[in-house]
Amino acid sequence: MTEVAPRPDVELCPGGPMLLRGDHVVVDDEGVRHATKRPVSAVCRCGKSASKPWCDGTHKVLPPKLRP
Amino acid sequence: MTDLPKPRGPLSVAVLGALRDLPTAPVPRIEEAPESDDDAALTLWVLHELSYGGFDGVDEAAESEPELVRVRGMLERRLEADLRSRWPGVPDVDLASGFFDWVAGHDGPSIARHVQTSATREQVLDLMRMRSVYHLKEADPTMWVIPRLPVSAKAALVELQYDEYGAGDPSRLHSHLFAQGMAASGLRPERGVYVDEAPFEVLDQNNALSMFGLQGRLRGAAVGHLAAFEATSSMPSRRMAQGLERLGFPEELIGYYTEHVEADAVHEQVALRDVCVALVREEPALEPDVWFGAWACLDLEVRAARRILGAWGAAA
Repeated sequence: MTEVAPRPDVELCPGGPMLLRGDHVVVDDEGVRHATKRPVSAVCRCGKSASKPWCDGTHKVLPPKLRP
Repeated sequence: MTDLPKPRGPLSVAVLGALRDLPTAPVPRIEEAPESDDDAALTLWVLHELSYGGFDGVDEAAESEPELVRVRGMLERRLEADLRSRWPGVPDVDLASGFFDWVAGHDGPSIARHVQTSATREQVLDLMRMRSVYHLKEADPTMWVIPRLPVSAKAALVELQYDEYGAGDPSRLHSHLFAQGMAASGLRPERGVYVDEAPFEVLDQNNALSMFGLQGRLRGAAVGHLAAFEATSSMPSRRMAQGLERLGFPEELIGYYTEHVEADAVHEQVALRDVCVALVREEPALEPDVWFGAWACLDLEVRAARRILGAWGAAA
């Protein structure tokens, strides 16, 4: 039987967002509170998302050096 | 449940006729060959649909009728052979670290960009009718794959699909959100209503997805397709939403696309890292098929986009 590691609650995706599992409240850099609303949420780490604090895939159009 | 579509050639005439005659008359040996890509794609779409919601007035036992299963297998082999003959092969790219850039490097016309900036209201309605062939069964073809996956990939795919199905809330189910958007836009939200308008390029997008899901040996292609599909959704969904706002479409339809901006930014990560990479770790021999499925998703969208934009006279 294959060894299986338990699922992480927080996952940092190379070059991309931070995945958050479960219910959380994220406070953005202006102090605004945002409750998660899905089983897994992607938090923007590149700073360029138009849906902050959530990821909208914008990191993929950044040059690799500017990705998280 | 919906009505059977119109046939597009001798094979679909024979198969649709056989479906109408069940269960009174047994299915005869179907000797007809597909006359065209349209004839083949429509017939395969109908045969696959028997494994989803079926059709009004068609015996539900048709799904496992041996002659129809034989024809379905013949058409699936034809579709798979066509895709594999056009596939350039496994790229020299690391799946975990290079997949998203590989997807971004796949050139092709963008329907979302056209909708964002210059599509007319009629063109968008036309597009919604064609997209409804898939969006009204969104996520369903991927459910077939779950029992075929090893434990880590299986758990991750279920997590992703749970979100697709509204995390247990039927009002948040993605295919239902699209149905609501269609109804609010004056379109009919029942499955299969607009299939007669869909060219073979659109039907084949659906057929490939069903085939990858229904055939366990193609599980690598199924999850590769999923990862590519999710990886090409967030930003185009934003463009779609902006175009729909520009044209004054109802909030229900816009909401379907804005939901996908954030949902698919999550799903693309889970699909690649926790499903595809996890599957290949357990079954390395499947990596070529993961790439094949991803390529098929991108290639079939390029073909459909060329066809749709071409019909509108828009630059492809």
